[in-house]
Amino acid sequence: MASKKEYYQGVRFAPYDLVREFVVALVVVTGLVIIIAGVFSSPDVPSLTLKTVALQTPQNFVQNEIDSLDGNSPVAGYGPPYNNQSGSVQTIGPISLQKWFGVHIPVNTAQDYVLGPLQQTAAGDSQARAALSTFDRASASTQANWETAYGGPHNNVLAKATEHGTVLTVPACAACGPVPTMMARLLVLGQSGAMDGLLLTSRHFYQTDYTRPLLFINYTDAMANEATKYNLKGSAWGVMNETGNYPGQAWLWLYTLFYQISPYTTAWAANTDALAILSVTILSLLLMLLPWIPGLNRIPRIIPVYRLIWRDHYRKSGQS
Amino acid sequence: MSMTTALQKKLSAGLPYEELLPDEQPAYVHSYVYLFGVASLASFLLLIGTGVVLAAFGPQWWHGSHVGLFFNSLHFWSAQAFFFFMVVHLWTVFFQGAWRDGRGITWVSGVVTFLTSIITAFTGYVSQQNLDSQWIATQGKDAMNSVGVGAFFDVLNFGQMYGFHIFIFPMLVATLIAIHLTLVRLKGVVKPYEIGRPIPGIMKRPSPAKEAS
Repeated sequence: MASKKEYYQGVRFAPYDLVREFVVALVVVTGLVIIIAGVFSSPDVPSLTLKTVALQTPQNFVQNEIDSLDGNSPVAGYGPPYNNQSGSVQTIGPISLQKWFGVHIPVNTAQDYVLGPLQQTAAGDSQARAALSTFDRASASTQANWETAYGGPHNNVLAKATEHGTVLTVPACAACGPVPTMMARLLVLGQSGAMDGLLLTSRHFYQTDYTRPLLFINYTDAMANEATKYNLKGSAWGVMNETGNYPGQAWLWLYTLFYQISPYTTAWAANTDALAILSVTILSLLLMLLPWIPGLNRIPRIIPVYRLIWRDHYRKSGQS
Repeated sequence: MSMTTALQKKLSAGLPYEELLPDEQPAYVHSYVYLFGVASLASFLLLIGTGVVLAAFGPQWWHGSHVGLFFNSLHFWSAQAFFFFMVVHLWTVFFQGAWRDGRGITWVSGVVTFLTSIITAFTGYVSQQNLDSQWIATQGKDAMNSVGVGAFFDVLNFGQMYGFHIFIFPMLVATLIAIHLTLVRLKGVVKPYEIGRPIPGIMKRPSPAKEAS
């Protein structure tokens, strides 16, 4: 390969102050950013709490709790990395990387979202203590019958409940055992804000992992309502968007595009995420290896934008 | 020979000062098109500066005080500026065919920097601790989980994402930028395409026989 000196043989050089260029760029960009930040500020819509969810949509909050208890919630059936189910397991052809990596962040919805919080508060709550005791003593089939009668898919009492503001009134249910009491106590915990702390509890004092509460909030109506309100849903280019009238992650447009087009939204819908990641990985590799891909590496020669970029050079050298 | 001397000789031979910080450039470099790279670098430094302030005072500060929110805004718009300038830089070097004449690795280092920056920004968006970060994290988890990455890169884990965002990825991006800049300086900017020169396999000059006919 030619040395740099040989490469530039015959090329006219001119003085160029790189340091000054950098200083000017830094000053100009800093000035621009300060002005834009001062004028437009930045989005900061407060986060959703379990307390907000329980207060805004009490019936849906309790539905998510009973679904967590009877194993019918989206998280309970999700699959790796949370559990060994298969509800959200995706594949690329015959390969499921999701299954290969397995369960690394175990989430037991019945224990983590229902029984655990109730056990922690039972010491100072005789109703919760009695209900839990009854529930624990019952057989698995009896527990399942109670859960189904309370919040199962058909003819359950929770569906007949009425909301008046933050108050949820559930019809009496003789076939539900202690479940109505358990759910009522959970709603109290949720609406008081205690559940926000209880779901973070681990063996450590300091907490920075919000996996459990976020997984719960993820599938609530309150979150869906907020996403619709702020135009964040997948059909509106999802994670690319920012709350309010602010630019979001526009650089994710190519990845997000796959969630808008067929066959990703039709025939491949069950594996959209995995296939979108695969597609964008392939395109990224193509971009990275562009210099060595015949045909693609000649595109800039064919589309003469370079004539515009170097128009002064071509004019001065008589090539235009 | 001592290892220090050997390294000293290798560095002074491979990275001469006059190449790393030249005071002259080919005349065709005097164009606004060449400014987007340095504007990206300036935006990155602004991101680091505002990020250091945000990290020093913590989440409660950027949510709960006017000064904190202002620095959050500076960081937010610095990120927008960084990506804007970087994407324009990417397009301009693409249309220059800047990978020509042995500059393929320079192009690769730039693309890797761009892709790493996207992941860095993603970890920043899920570290904001507001509704947007909740939404992005809960939606993004499915993508990460679908290819197994979610097993060890938990976007719902604030502590992990924050660590990635304020240290691991910025260090990686800074290193990649340093490599990219060093390669740009060592190789120099690519020469303009020669107008009229045929494109191999695409355009051919008419043969003399055809011209004669």
